[in-house]
Amino acid sequence: MTSMPKPFIDKHLPKNELGLTVRNYEGVMSTLCAGCGHDSVTAALVQAFWELGLAPESAAKVSGIGCSSKTTAYFMGQSHGINCVHGRMPSVATGANAVNGDLHYIGISGDGDSLSIGFGQFAHAIRRNLNMLYIIENNGVYGLTKGQFSASADIGSTTKKGVPNEQTPIDPCIQALTLGAGFVARAFSGDKSQLVPLVKAALKHKGFAMIDVISPCVTFNDHAGSTKSYAHTYKYYHPLVHTDFVAHAEEITGQYAEDGAMRVTLHDGGELRLRKTDSDYDPRDKAQAIETLMINDGGGEIRTGLLYLNEDMPDMHAANKLPQTPLNQLPYEALNPGKAALASLQKRYR
Amino acid sequence: MKDLVETASEVRVNDFVLKIANVNGTGSASANGLLMKAIFRMGVPVVGKNLFPSNIQGLPTWYEIRLTKDAYMARSGTAEFMVAMNAETYKQDLAEVSPGGFLLYDSTWPRPDLHAREDVTAIGVPLARMCNEVFENARTRVLMKNMAYVGAVAGLTGLDVEVIKGLVNEMFGTKEHLITANMKAINLGLDYAREHYPDPLPLKVEAMDATAGHIMIDGNTAAALGCVYAGATFGAWYPITPSTSLMDGFKSFCEKFRVDKETGEKNFCIVQGEDELASVGMAIGAGWNGARAFTPTSGPGISLMSEFIGFAYYGEVPVVLFDVQRAGPSTGLPTRTQQCDLTLAAYASHGDTKHILLFPANPKECFEMAVQSFDLAERFQTPIFFMTDLDIGMNDWMVPELDWDDSYQPDRGKVLGKDELEAIEKFYRYEDKDGDGITYRTLPGVHPKGAYFTRGSGHNWKGGYTEDSEEYKEVVDRLVRKWKRAADFVPGPVIKRCDAPTRRAIISVGGCDGAVIEALDQLSAKGVNLNYLRVRGFPFNAEVEAFMSEHDEVFVVEQNRDGQLRTLLVNETDVNKDKLVSVLDYAGMSANPKFIVEGICAHLDELGDAA
Repeated sequence: MTSMPKPFIDKHLPKNELGLTVRNYEGVMSTLCAGCGHDSVTAALVQAFWELGLAPESAAKVSGIGCSSKTTAYFMGQSHGINCVHGRMPSVATGANAVNGDLHYIGISGDGDSLSIGFGQFAHAIRRNLNMLYIIENNGVYGLTKGQFSASADIGSTTKKGVPNEQTPIDPCIQALTLGAGFVARAFSGDKSQLVPLVKAALKHKGFAMIDVISPCVTFNDHAGSTKSYAHTYKYYHPLVHTDFVAHAEEITGQYAEDGAMRVTLHDGGELRLRKTDSDYDPRDKAQAIETLMINDGGGEIRTGLLYLNEDMPDMHAANKLPQTPLNQLPYEALNPGKAALASLQKRYR
Repeated sequence: MKDLVETASEVRVNDFVLKIANVNGTGSASANGLLMKAIFRMGVPVVGKNLFPSNIQGLPTWYEIRLTKDAYMARSGTAEFMVAMNAETYKQDLAEVSPGGFLLYDSTWPRPDLHAREDVTAIGVPLARMCNEVFENARTRVLMKNMAYVGAVAGLTGLDVEVIKGLVNEMFGTKEHLITANMKAINLGLDYAREHYPDPLPLKVEAMDATAGHIMIDGNTAAALGCVYAGATFGAWYPITPSTSLMDGFKSFCEKFRVDKETGEKNFCIVQGEDELASVGMAIGAGWNGARAFTPTSGPGISLMSEFIGFAYYGEVPVVLFDVQRAGPSTGLPTRTQQCDLTLAAYASHGDTKHILLFPANPKECFEMAVQSFDLAERFQTPIFFMTDLDIGMNDWMVPELDWDDSYQPDRGKVLGKDELEAIEKFYRYEDKDGDGITYRTLPGVHPKGAYFTRGSGHNWKGGYTEDSEEYKEVVDRLVRKWKRAADFVPGPVIKRCDAPTRRAIISVGGCDGAVIEALDQLSAKGVNLNYLRVRGFPFNAEVEAFMSEHDEVFVVEQNRDGQLRTLLVNETDVNKDKLVSVLDYAGMSANPKFIVEGICAHLDELGDAA
């Protein structure tokens, strides 16, 4: 089997500011199961990139191993992608990002990739405040190896055969919050209207932006006993904050000033408008965010939206005082001290 | 107390070993460094070896300074003058002194046991008492005791105190009070020695002119400097002995040469990874993105990095790994040297993988081969292993001054830029256009036509995912062609032929070089004449195979238990393995000629034809 290109028909489709249609942001055909939540995330990424009018080659797609990690081939075929080893995408992203911060780094991971084998790298990429969009396509189960529990499976959630999980789940949003992420969101793959603005906002956030997307596995975890099925997620998901992203191109006028939205200008351009659906939820309050996620009200509510935002932390580039010109574009002459400097330096070794 | 000259066997000028036994963490390193540097400054060639424990404080540590008028590069394995500063190891230290040698100890407390050997002269100097009388706080007294033995050694051997004073001035710069205090301690030892032992020892330091144009530098520092000169901009690492000082060096050189004085911007990025897996992953990410990137580590780190190494090999991503080898297996002896990762590195990672290895023998080669490593990594788009070891990496070696050719331009390999991509119809990442096994690559963000997908899963020449047998084989077959081609690009072997015709030879590698060269002289004196080839790269250059075929018997000298270089020679050439005789040293110490001479002589005796 080889990878299949998608038939390319873009007649009559609307074009963005670069003159590209949404089809220009697609990749090869998905080989995931029909109805997989991950394909909806792929579609949301294509849509967000197209809407933002970003050049497809300005993205660098990074992933590890698993169903989710395969999806980097399914969007933006005109950008470079690297599909490395299981759970180690954050390190590859770190090195790539360090030497060229001008690209949009899109990391796609899964609950196995980020919360088990790659838990350490996930944590440390957050600590370094790597400027990237980090999506976890979270379905509570290992798909490619046919249905073992992952570390995000809820206690009591069962396999297809009815065996319940008895280990405590790892919540990537709580982890990201405690580790210092400046942009923490949760979404549901079945709600594109929520996901697309979150992806756009995350791409514009300068720093580590994580979106944990509940993305049901139709083959191994979409049954009555599962807490990550479509039915369960539809029933219990609850947006805490409604997010709109407005690019600067369509600068707002005074007429929206009274809509009750909190407005946040992002460092990389554009404005976020956050409207609370729960009157007392403040996405600037980390302690409240953690508390809200930790409260188990018995209803199994899945709280979604932009859960936390802090735009004021220096990203890895700022912390390391990296130059304006990316390191991978510095001329050799700027890096080599030369013969005379070497001679002078060696006085200390005589 | 015995008369000093009475027990001494012979006068030895600039040809003896001064060994200092210390307690780890007592600040002896700077005193010992001072002694060695002073001898070097007097124009006398030196070999310095630090034997240290995996410990911060309390365990025994030794520092060997070999004065070698003939400019040999290895340990001699003897100790003519022991400075015994560690009561825990007195017994062992006394036993180790060569017959006719000397032992200096702190006679603040009586130590009759140290006078037990008839053939060794024990010299008491009340170091602690003198320092306690002169210096105030406890830490200062401990530190100054070290300086006091420097003075005593100078007084006993004729080491020039003015040279020491010059070094102390350099060491402390403008800190006048430290210069005064240290010189005071040095003079305590010096005066005591001159007063109580007015007749000089038969072990003498005399000024020579054999160190001009040379420096004393360790291999990790020199390799770090090579990374700077190669134009490396990204380094990731996880701290591990004995590689840590490589990144320390890179950082300090970059702080000196790569920081914009006005903006404070840094033209380099160093990331301390959460482990070795992350460190190599970061270096691979940076290499994929077009930067010269590296990670320094040691054997345990290579084990952890193995999965990623296979990825970079199969995905064809340039990256340089510095393996500063230490004794294994497992945690092994973290502060002892070995050449024990040769086979690990040659075939690192699961599946069919073969890598390019470089073997520096000393810090000068560390500098030069570090630069070559980055050129090779980008030319061949693959991980390069720079195989150094603790002995080369952490000890100061006397080597010719490092030199740089300002006309050097890095070999960035086959990278298509924006204009080239614009001009071509279609780009395929793994298309062997030139038929040399090396395909063209592109960097992210440059041009949409250059986009491709780097993957560790099966892929075809177009870069697409495949499970097709023929497509899979086409790529892995090309990879091994590419690897074989590297034999012509790695540094060639160094061959030293003896004057007399011979059918026997030595093949060795890396830091064994000094010991082999000295062993060749010793063997020649016994009438055993051998040619010598030192391997500097893997895959083996054709000269290596030709050299083996022109000899009937080849001694393969290396520092590991299993004869790993021999294994590679047998595996990767058509040599008849019966003629490769292993001569092994895996005790964890820097190589000395003794094991080579004894190993070869024992073999020849067995054959019954020791010349």
